[in-house]
Amino acid sequence: MGRYILRRLISAIPVLLGITVIVFLIMAMIPGDPATAILGSYATPENVARINHDLGLDHPLVQRYFIWLFNMLHGDFGRSYSLNRPVIDEVLDRFSATLILAGVSFVACSILGILAGVVSAARQYGAADKAITFVVLIGISIPSFFLGMMMILLFAVRLSWLPVSGMYEIYGGGGPIDLLRHLTMPAVALSVVATGVIARLTRGAMLEVLRQDFIRTARAKGVHERRVIWGHALRAAMVSVIPVLGLQAGYVLSGAVYIETVFQWPGIGRMLVDAILKRDILLVQGGVVFVAACYVLFNILVDVAQSLLDPRIKT
Amino acid sequence: MNLFAALLFRNRLAAAGAVVLSIIGILALLTPVLPLQDPYTTHMGSRYLLPLSPGHFLGTDGLGRDLLSRLMWGTRLSLAVGVVAAVGAGTIGSAVGIVAGYFGGRTDNIIMRFVDMLMGFPYILLALAIVAVLGPGLMNALIAVAAVNVPFFARNIRGITVGLAHREFVDAARLSGKGHLKILVTELLPNALPVIVIAMSTTIGWMILETAGLSFLGLGSQPPQADLGSMLGEARSAMITSPHTSMVPGAMIFLIVMSINLLGDGIRDALDPRLRSGALARPMAATLVRRKTVPGPTGEGLLRLDDLSAQFHVGKRVYRAVSEVSLALAPGECVGLIGESGSGKSVTALSVMGLVASPPGVITGGAARLEGEDLIGAPYERLRSLRGSRVAYIFQDPLATLHPLYKIGDQLAEAIRCHHPISRSEARKRALKLLADVHMPNAAARLDVFPHELSGGMRQRVGIAMALANEPDVIIADEPTTALDVTVQAQILALLDELRRARGLAILFITHDFGVVGQLCDRVAVMYAGRIVEEGPTAEVLAAPAHPYTARLIACVPELGAGRRRLPAIPGLPPAVDRLPEGCAFAPRCEKATEACTKGEIVLSGAQRRWRCIHPEPVA
Repeated sequence: MGRYILRRLISAIPVLLGITVIVFLIMAMIPGDPATAILGSYATPENVARINHDLGLDHPLVQRYFIWLFNMLHGDFGRSYSLNRPVIDEVLDRFSATLILAGVSFVACSILGILAGVVSAARQYGAADKAITFVVLIGISIPSFFLGMMMILLFAVRLSWLPVSGMYEIYGGGGPIDLLRHLTMPAVALSVVATGVIARLTRGAMLEVLRQDFIRTARAKGVHERRVIWGHALRAAMVSVIPVLGLQAGYVLSGAVYIETVFQWPGIGRMLVDAILKRDILLVQGGVVFVAACYVLFNILVDVAQSLLDPRIKT
Repeated sequence: MNLFAALLFRNRLAAAGAVVLSIIGILALLTPVLPLQDPYTTHMGSRYLLPLSPGHFLGTDGLGRDLLSRLMWGTRLSLAVGVVAAVGAGTIGSAVGIVAGYFGGRTDNIIMRFVDMLMGFPYILLALAIVAVLGPGLMNALIAVAAVNVPFFARNIRGITVGLAHREFVDAARLSGKGHLKILVTELLPNALPVIVIAMSTTIGWMILETAGLSFLGLGSQPPQADLGSMLGEARSAMITSPHTSMVPGAMIFLIVMSINLLGDGIRDALDPRLRSGALARPMAATLVRRKTVPGPTGEGLLRLDDLSAQFHVGKRVYRAVSEVSLALAPGECVGLIGESGSGKSVTALSVMGLVASPPGVITGGAARLEGEDLIGAPYERLRSLRGSRVAYIFQDPLATLHPLYKIGDQLAEAIRCHHPISRSEARKRALKLLADVHMPNAAARLDVFPHELSGGMRQRVGIAMALANEPDVIIADEPTTALDVTVQAQILALLDELRRARGLAILFITHDFGVVGQLCDRVAVMYAGRIVEEGPTAEVLAAPAHPYTARLIACVPELGAGRRRLPAIPGLPPAVDRLPEGCAFAPRCEKATEACTKGEIVLSGAQRRWRCIHPEPVA
């Protein structure tokens, strides 16, 4: 198992390098002069030259890539011009907020989605199945940012149950209870779509598995139906559900960008949007590479989980 | 195509989705000619008017602009963007996919590595990076959304093309001297087109949602122009005071995406042949029972089937898989149930413990009695407590019938612990004993392996061990040796025979092989088209079969050392059990059939030996 994880980590290196190349190339295609874009009306020739030097733009493209890569490997993602602070510090601060939001949502949508999918499949065409199918259909059709806004209207404005936005109260805030109160609505809004997708997929996978011969064997042994469904069938269905969980993690991360905007959550998605609007290229570059790398590593975790579950995968 | 449309519209939700989408689409197309106010005329005196205000059906926004008009223009823009992005991504992605799939080799490898790399990104990061480069704007958002969806199309269409690229018509085109481009465009594209179109149409909703999202963030359409996303984004600042300004565009996005989803699901369902045949239904915990009367016991026996009938109900069709089968099994007796595939022998066997997949299976009549207790229609909990403990099954293909993800030892231990509340370690000890009982080589080491790590014969030994786990009275073996090669088959048969003699087990042995019956069974019943056509002591039936069908079946068994005898196949095919003819079902294939054979009910007559024939072969 240790060797398998090591092998997967090594195989991720070209993917990670590929990601840096893609991001670098996209960013290098920016039309016009980045220094002018950054400086705006302060674009005196001296300033432009200084910025070009800071950004390493006075070197050829390939050399620039390697300088950038080398610096990143040493934790130096450059300096944000709009915030006047090292990119990596800002990215780490913001990413930890996103991690809380997206992590809670991901766990919630995985558990809820799988539960709903199993119940739905076990009661195929029954009342529970129809109700779940209907709710799931609405869930996957509603734009998460719209859902978030409507939740604010209902639960924060009309009912005053939960705070409108932010991560902590500005005055006298802090602590896990405060965080939880602020987290509830964005986490729910963020997990709805993924829950629906996972529920649908789990239902399909369960229906597929329940027709297999080994389910009949379990029943013939006298295994209780509850255990047939939640043990034998779900275990086998998870083999096709887990890879999708990895995929859904990407969607949850993507959805976080909208939800962070709606709920003023100080996460990395909001940071990227602001950075784009302010044309803070280094911040965008660093944020994108960092999040993409985390996503690749997360997917290795998913693969490892998959190999633990399915002994037929050669480890 | 008509069938497809019919299927689509039988699905009421999909039809509703299609209707809603068409209405929205037509309204969006007609927007320029509808009597709407100008969507850009601001009127600071009438800001945030509520819906149903005079002159403004949906009210006004923060600049006093008519919301209905802005909604229609915004919908038009969002739909257009969604369609263009889907077509753009679909076209480029399909081109990449077809090229990769057709040329294969290194081209394929390089392209697909790149595609995988792009798919390794959470999509929004890529979209944000592209917008960061191009700058905010609807066109740029559209490009970004289309670009991040190119890999999806490339991968799907490549998969299809790989399947097509090695087909005969492509080879023929190549041999006729057509160039690569011509083959791609005239041979491959037309074949991949339906999939491309369906993929495009189902992703439009997704594209609309993504561009709306970018616009919502302020990265898409810029004021005063507004798609649904930026309408929602602009309304956000007044969300608390004038919620209607955000509800109007939000509800429209929801409506569009939901109707596209409904339609897409409908299309997928209509195209999936398995859904049509009901093959995707999950079997319930026990077979459905729908019988009017319960026949009384017709004789003695440890396990007795009395006039058991089972059917498959698929749509309006009724397949009569088993018709009034009566059979008895005495303690320690081995009875063979033999017939061709589809004769109903397995369904008979599975009916006993309610294991026929249902839907579509239904037990429509008769009884299955274990020591006088009727199992058909018994409450689930009672049935479960007897499954495996009194009546156990051995199934055909042990690779498919053992759970692939549980260790052998755990599967055996579970079989015991279902019926006996013993500790895990105790169950493990017993599992080891069971493996030793079935002569599993190196039994202790096998407890911790998975089914795929064993050979076919060893897997079937596990299957037998599992059946023996609770020392049942009856074992129903459903073609347990069919999937095995001949030497292993002989070992398994010897094992079953040994266990039966040592433990006094009654075995119902289902097979299509008279050779196996001859080795193992005391009595044999022959099934044809869901009925027993002959039954009697094995030796007698083998020596002098009465029913012409039995005679033909026995003639099919090759004899070792009997010289070069021609094996006569039985002409024709067994009848479809949804359209059984009147009279004898075998009559159309029978050399001795007369007119009387196709009329009325032919009964199973006789005592110790019974047959269902009016022109039996001479029986000594």
